[in-house]
This record gives sequence, C-alpha cells and structure tokens, in this order.
Amino acid sequence: MKQLSLLLLSFFITTPLYAASGEENYKAYCWQCHGMQGDGMGINIENMSVQPRDHTDRKSMSARSDAELFKVIKEGGLSIDKSVLMPPWADVMSDAEIKAIVKYLRKLCDCS
Amino acid sequence: MRNYIRLSILIAIGAFSSVTIAANSSALLKDRCASCHKLEGPVAQTAEEAWQQKAPDLFYAGVKYKRKWLSSWLVKPTRIRPAGYLYFNHIKPGKEMDEIDQSTLPKHPALTASEAEMASDALMKLTNAPTDLKKGEFSGKSISISFGEMTFDKFNGCMACHQIEPGYGGLSGPEVYTAANRLQEDYLVSFIRSPQAWNPKSLMPNRHVKEANIQKLVAYLVALSKEEWK
Ligand code: HEC
Ligand code: HEC
Ligand code: HEC
Repeated sequence: MKQLSLLLLSFFITTPLYAASGEENYKAYCWQCHGMQGDGMGINIENMSVQPRDHTDRKSMSARSDAELFKVIKEGGLSIDKSVLMPPWADVMSDAEIKAIVKYLRKLCDCS
Repeated sequence: MRNYIRLSILIAIGAFSSVTIAANSSALLKDRCASCHKLEGPVAQTAEEAWQQKAPDLFYAGVKYKRKWLSSWLVKPTRIRPAGYLYFNHIKPGKEMDEIDQSTLPKHPALTASEAEMASDALMKLTNAPTDLKKGEFSGKSISISFGEMTFDKFNGCMACHQIEPGYGGLSGPEVYTAANRLQEDYLVSFIRSPQAWNPKSLMPNRHVKEANIQKLVAYLVALSKEEWK
C-alpha cells in the first residue's frame, strides 16, 4: 500500500503538468526581436528594415484589440498588412498559449 | 596454407580492432560530449525540457551534418550561434538595445585530429531522426546570390534572426552563410519546411514556405557557402 502511494506520488511529480506561461513563451520567442523589456530593443534589430513594436508603448498598444493582437501573433505581420519580419507563431504555440501572451502584452503596456 | 592462416589471423585482428575503435569512439562521445549534448532521442517534447538543454541534439547527427565539416570543426570549433545556444540565456540589457553577454559564452571543447576523426565516425552513425528525411529532397538547382537574398530577406524575413554574412543580420539564430558547409542539403530542405518536426520547441517559427521557394532558399545557402568568408 505504501509502495502504491509512493508510485502514485512519483507519477504526479513526473507527469508534465507544465504548460509554459505567457511570460515564459514571450521570453523564449519574442525577446529576440521585441527585447528583454518588451521595448522593441532586442538583439536582432540592428539590420532589420522595420523595427519591432514597442510593447510598452501604451498609445499604440491600446489602439489594438485583443483579437487583433491574437491574430498578428498567430498569423504574422502580413495577416494585418504589417511587415513580414513579424513571424507567424501558429505552429509553435497553441491558441491558449497565444491568449496568455496577449494577456502578458496587456501587462507590459499597462493598457487594455 | 601457412599464408592462409597468417592472413586469417590478420583479418581477425583487423576485425577486432575496428570493433574496439567503434567502442572507443562511442565512449569518447559519452565521456566528452554527453554532459551537454543529447546522444539519444527522443527530442524534448515540453518547453521545460527543451529550454534546459545546453546544446543542440546530436542523436541524428548522421543525417544532419557533413562529415568533412564535423572533423575539421571539432579540431577548431568556432561560434555558430552568435548569442549561443538558447540566446535568451546569453543576453543582457544594454544602453540602447539588448546585447550579447559574451562572458556567458565559453569556448567549445576541441579535439585532437585523431579524436575528431573518431568522433565524426561515431556521430555519422547516429541517425535517429525525429522525422522522416527523404534522400534527394534538394533539387540541386542553383540561384544567384542577389535573387536568393531577396527570397531570404524581403519575402520571408529570415534575415531578422540569421546573419547572411559576418556581422550582417540577426543574432538569435545560427549564422547561415556557413550553413551549407556544415549541413546536408536534404536536411536544410526538411528543416526549413518544418523546424517543429525536428524540434517541437524550436525557436524558429514555421513560415510555411512554398516548396519551390524552399528549394530557392537552400540554393541560396549553397551559393553563400561557396563565398570566401573571413
Ligand atoms: C523576427 C523578429 C520578431 C519576432 C521574433 C517577433 N516579432 Fe513581433 N514584430 C516584429 C516586427 C518587425 C514588428 C513590426 C511590424 C510592423 O510594424 O510592420 C512586430 C510587431 C508586433 C506586434 C504589433 C502588431 C501591430 O501592428 O499591432 C505585436 C503584437 C507583436 N509583434 C507580438 C509579438 C510576439 C507576441 C512575439 C513572440 C511570440 C513576437 N512579436 C515575435 C518582429 C518580431
Ligand atoms: C560544455 C558543453 C559542451 C560540450 C562538453 C560539448 N559541446 Fe558541442 N556544443 C555546445 C554548444 C553550446 C554548442 C552550440 C555552439 C554554437 O552554436 O556556437 C555546440 C555545438 C556543437 C556542434 C554543432 C551543432 C549544431 O547543430 O550547430 C557539434 C557538431 C558539437 N557541438 C559536437 C560536440 C562533440 C562531438 C562533443 C564532444 C567531443 C561536444 N560537442 C562537447 C556545447 C558543448
Ligand atoms: C525568429 C527567428 C528566426 C527566423 C525568423 C528564422 N529563423 Fe532559422 N533558425 C532560428 C533559430 C533559433 C535556429 C536554430 C534552431 C533551433 O533552435 O531549433 C534556426 C535554424 C535555422 C537553420 C538551421 C541552421 C543550423 O545551423 O542548424 C536554417 C537553415 C534556417 N534556420 C533557415 C531559416 C530560413 C530559410 C528562414 C526564413 C524562412 C528562417 N530561418 C527564419 C531562428 C529563426
């Protein structure tokens, strides 16, 4: 019996209950262009012909609805007539993960 | 008859020593490489696992790298990813923009020429690819560098993360002007078609490039690799 509960315990500990949060996914996939502070100053920007959006800029970020943000992250810049340099992330993150990123963006800009 | 016996003894010794060489070379990989590289699959499935990795997977090295490149690079390794493996662990905020934190990027361990030969032999035997890789994926057609660059940069935005010449292009991905020296063309086609098929948590997005354009992109990488880069 004790063995069984140990077994169950280890099962719960090792099963991947883990889904990356909006913040973690932003760090992995978005920092490279949008920067560690979300201000558009990532390591990649030097030779980019269009600069990444400053996600801390309240004015431009509040001009977008959550649905628009979701669309541009999932389908990329071209889907909203913006630069090809903003990639599509549909194959990398689930819809739920993208929604979590949108929430995180709202935190970064402190806007809705 | 005497000669025959002598010959078979020689063959037996030869066979024995090639077995021990093979054993030694996989031991070399285990001892000197496994602390950072995965030598056995499967590929990381969760972000948590993928983002803890210290180095690229090697368990399908045999379908990915060109042997000639391996044996020379392992003797004199140079940086391939300007910001290291998993760039986000090697950057810091700078005055105007984020910078690479060079102090977190150690030199890659180097091997002697004979160790490198052994390691390359052992690596080329690792073929446990996470996805089917067909031979002959790359058509072999060529393209001019200027037209290739338009496809790579303007139409597909690949340059945002990749340097197309030393000091020019993005820093989070591997430099691509040496990609076709390092990597097999069929692998390049397959990886561009779907980075996630090779690594579900790849930091490279899938742009669903059309097949004809994938061929152009790989032809461009081949053209770049023929330039003399300093
Ligand atoms: C390869 C560089 C690159 C990466 C990586 C990248 N972006 Fe972008 N992003 C851009 C560029 C460039 C723009 C500006 C596009 C324009 O203005 O035409 C942009 C614009 C945006 C916008 C604003 C679109 C608008 O006009 O309202 C949002 C939102 C955004 N990115 C979110 C993200 C998120 C979230 C991630 C990570 C999952 C990400 N980006 C990763 C380059 C990148
Ligand atoms: C201390 C950790 C560490 C050890 C030990 C190590 N490597 Fe690496 N290796 C790395 C990192 C990090 C990279 C990525 C370097 C870069 O992109 O510039 C790398 C890159 C490589 C690459 C190129 C991979 C690619 O796809 O770009 C090969 C091949 C390789 N290592 C082989 C070996 C072999 C063989 C050994 C053992 C003899 C070894 N490494 C030992 C950390 C290590
Ligand atoms: C958002 C950044 C980003 C963009 C945009 C991007 N890549 Fe990548 N690419 C990477 C990273 C990071 C890797 C390293 C592989 C990994 O982490 O799975 C990579 C790997 C590669 C490789 C393999 C190189 C090697 O040394 O292993 C090739 C080839 C490549 N990319 C080509 C392209 C092409 C072609 C495009 C445009 C269609 C493109 N990339 C767009 C980030 C990017």
